[in-house]
Amino acid sequence: MGMSVSRRDFFKLSGTGLAASLGISLDPLESKAEDLPIRYARETTTICPYCAVGCGMIVHTLAGSIINVEGDPDHPINEGSLCPKGASVYQLRDNKARITKPMYRAAGASEWKEVSWDWTIDEIAKRVKKNRDATFTATSKIKIKEKVGAVEVEKEIEAVVNRTMGMASVGSAALDNEECYLYQKFLRGLGLVYIEHQARI
Amino acid sequence: MTNHWIDLKNSDVILIMGANPAENHPVSFRWIMKAKDAGAKVICVDPRFTRSASKADVYAALRSGTDIAFLGGMINHILQNKLFFDEYVKNYTNASYLVNGDFKMPGELAGLFSGYDAKKRSYNAKEWDFQKDADESVKKDPTLQSPSCVFQLMKKHYSRYTPELVSRITGTPKEKLLEVYTLFASTGKPDKAGTSMYAMGWTQHTVGTQNIRAMSIIQLLLGNMGIPGGGVNALRGESNVQGSTDHGLLFHILPGYLPVPSADLKDLAAYTTKVTPVSKDPQSANWKQNQGKYFVSYLKAIYGAKATIENDYGYHWLPKLDPGMNCSWLMIFDKMIRGSLKGFFAWGQNPACSGTNSNKVRNAMAKLDWMVTVNLFDNETASFWKGPGMDPAQVKTEVFLLPAAASFEKEGSITNSGRWAQWRTAAVKPLGQSKPDAEIIHELYQKLKEMYVKEGGALPEQLLNLTWNYGFKRADGTIRSIDPHLVAKEINGYFIDDVEDKPKPPKPGDKPLPAKNPWDPKKLLGKKGELAAGFAQLQIDGSTSCGNWIYCQSYNEKGNMMARRVKKDPTGLGLFPEWSWCWPVNRRIIYNRAAVDLNGRPYNMKKAVIYWNPNAVQPTGALGAWVGDVPDGPWPPLANEKEGKLPFIMQVDGLGSLFGKGMKDGPFPEHYEPVECPVPENLMSKQLSNPAAKNFNDASIKEDVLATCDVRFPLVATTYRVTEHWQTGVMTRNTPWLLELQPRQFCEISVELAKEKKISNGDMVEISSARGKIDAVAMVTQRIRPFKIGDRLVHEIGLPYCFGWHTPGVGDAANLLTPTAGDANTMIPETKAFMVGIQRKG
Repeated sequence: MGMSVSRRDFFKLSGTGLAASLGISLDPLESKAEDLPIRYARETTTICPYCAVGCGMIVHTLAGSIINVEGDPDHPINEGSLCPKGASVYQLRDNKARITKPMYRAAGASEWKEVSWDWTIDEIAKRVKKNRDATFTATSKIKIKEKVGAVEVEKEIEAVVNRTMGMASVGSAALDNEECYLYQKFLRGLGLVYIEHQARI
Repeated sequence: MTNHWIDLKNSDVILIMGANPAENHPVSFRWIMKAKDAGAKVICVDPRFTRSASKADVYAALRSGTDIAFLGGMINHILQNKLFFDEYVKNYTNASYLVNGDFKMPGELAGLFSGYDAKKRSYNAKEWDFQKDADESVKKDPTLQSPSCVFQLMKKHYSRYTPELVSRITGTPKEKLLEVYTLFASTGKPDKAGTSMYAMGWTQHTVGTQNIRAMSIIQLLLGNMGIPGGGVNALRGESNVQGSTDHGLLFHILPGYLPVPSADLKDLAAYTTKVTPVSKDPQSANWKQNQGKYFVSYLKAIYGAKATIENDYGYHWLPKLDPGMNCSWLMIFDKMIRGSLKGFFAWGQNPACSGTNSNKVRNAMAKLDWMVTVNLFDNETASFWKGPGMDPAQVKTEVFLLPAAASFEKEGSITNSGRWAQWRTAAVKPLGQSKPDAEIIHELYQKLKEMYVKEGGALPEQLLNLTWNYGFKRADGTIRSIDPHLVAKEINGYFIDDVEDKPKPPKPGDKPLPAKNPWDPKKLLGKKGELAAGFAQLQIDGSTSCGNWIYCQSYNEKGNMMARRVKKDPTGLGLFPEWSWCWPVNRRIIYNRAAVDLNGRPYNMKKAVIYWNPNAVQPTGALGAWVGDVPDGPWPPLANEKEGKLPFIMQVDGLGSLFGKGMKDGPFPEHYEPVECPVPENLMSKQLSNPAAKNFNDASIKEDVLATCDVRFPLVATTYRVTEHWQTGVMTRNTPWLLELQPRQFCEISVELAKEKKISNGDMVEISSARGKIDAVAMVTQRIRPFKIGDRLVHEIGLPYCFGWHTPGVGDAANLLTPTAGDANTMIPETKAFMVGIQRKG
């Protein structure tokens, strides 16, 4: 962008001097813009879910449906522009492949089965509890170095560790900060030490 | 990033190496182009001529896995030609420190540093200690002449990295090396800025951390740290991978990078002592000495009133590691394939494609009892049991696939690569029955809590003592749904009690404090129930809580700082201090005290990120104040010997570490070959690969095989991303517009290799490694060229890793080919340099 003109400024400008200076009439474009459904839409600002540039976006909704997503011209980093991924965020909503119900695959089964949230949460919780109660390790034998007088001696002790050895979690850089915080709190509340995510790979 | 995206415009020379921002961070490139418009030069170093390379003033090709040789050559060039910023190096780095006289380097020890234990494959870093005076302070030679000082050792170490030898290792022509070195070293002048942009091209190696250290050394030598247009900038690849790291979703760190406690630290006092480094230097701020306060405040945030001084604030409920225990990514899948991990969450991640040596990952998942996976779309992980080579009837793993809400269907913040935490609001309700991740976590927590209350079990208080006050409470005390604002406030932290603002005790020689009158009102730092204004207010006595100290200030009594949209740019440098909020304490360029001289005068007056105004009067009446960005601490400039502080406040000694004592694989970066490489010997030394890297060579795990200099796999391969897809492609392969643009797995090969292998552009080829094989469409291109390595010709090929079998007709994951091997410091797998073979199909 050679000139710093946001989309809104552009519409403001285009009615006056700019059109004349371009030597063309922008009237038809203007009247078309007036007809765009986003004119009546609610605008919500968001940040792109893809890379970590953190581009601002505006989501246009009408009657609870997303009708358009575009770059936020007021955002200082992207100033309205988006890459192909960001420009396609609309299709993350208008998408038949999105899973919209919990799914379960039983041991040895060859298909998914749709299940209810209540059943899913119950069943997962049962398995988490069973695993935790079975693999919880309260203490562990470790070697420490201790000073006896002037000499350092190695000694084995039974140390408190309070950890769950049978479960692991990977993820997630796809969560919001508040969710990441909540997730690590929950996992550590279950005693997990095998906690990893995208940042390691 | 030490700096941030817009700051790229302030650079004079931009070095893109180990990254490809034009394709993977496309919108960032507009700031590179603005820098170019203002006269900046762009250098791109990459095995492939990428779109970033196409906009560069200088492009240099190098063989994957040889970055340290390339950068070591640059360090040598800077030192031999005295192109470094002398004053900066002397004042702000540990160049003058004297190292233990017995210390030996790879040039003298056949590729090893002193202290190596071959059996343990690790170093005893005590042998790299600094020399100390009787009072424990480090011995220095300010003239930098002593053969034992860091500067001279560094000069000696890198004198081996001659352009001729570097060229034989990297395959980069000598003239090209010198062109890059000369151009980048031109930023060693006080008023010039050079920046470094890197990504997975540097981290995904067994020497990954040392790649970045090599660049950090260059940036310290040239005085490029802490300045506008400078820094060492990691281009993070996911919208909130910065935030998820900040919040401790890793085995070794808690939120705010506090170390996870290990079992030898038997109580809070032992932990606090361990995380409270001591500095003898009055000019070192040694900020980490405050970690005890942050840790107690974290315990108060997660355990609330249950955390008391009597029970060490709940220290014992936190799970602990054995000393040296490694629970990182590669270990998880190793434990899983050996059958000791039976339950698994894959939350918003697709390890069946993103995990190195994906066959090992997929086979490991077949050993699980159950797996919970949360995503927007079904994917190769959730459906691994019906993937290639799997017989569903034989796979006993139960799988739960939970539908997550998309980013615009929920409310909360994410942190970009420049550390800006930006708040998002929900535009629509979640699609169908999908739920925000926070709600799923909440429901699982609530159900488990209910079960532990009812049935008991292993140490129920570990879970039951967690605070969980995140919204409207029903009659039975349960929370209806999670209010992200309340979580954000817990992360920011509160005053749990009134905290008095006590004056600092006087230092020896200071005037004694005036006697306090009993009738004077108590001056409060904060009142009970108030949100903390910043981490300087956090206490060690349990009177404050804070979920993540580096986010303290993000949501305070002034409101939600992360949601701010005020577009002011008072410095003109693009800091936008009132747009969103950035950690720490809204400091947009970290280490910015290094951007000014001892008197607080900016090295570059035209681009002053901060400066000291000696005439400003502070509210306390004191004279002098910093102007500009939030400085690294309020203290006056260093010329004030009593109050001034050194710039690198997170280092114990306050200095930039040219000599890195904390590294596991040597205090100076040294070139080693990748674990799979095309050469039988390392031309730099007798040590072929990183002696401290993590090896996986247990013959009982059939997936863990390596093949170096194997005639079946003569080609170097590297992986990368494309603009149209994101990571393993779960979201983008399910976005029709994007899949149409980039529809299937391809493989970039040189014209020369194509001729040799009789492959034409568009042919279907099979690419194989010791671990797996994939099909791809051959893209014969001049963008990738053979390298002359030593006296042989080495071919390299490039593979995008964004595809997977779940999307029909796109081909399977490139990570089926990559090895299980981890960086010595971080355990990040080596997926950017490995060996393959190629064959035309049919």
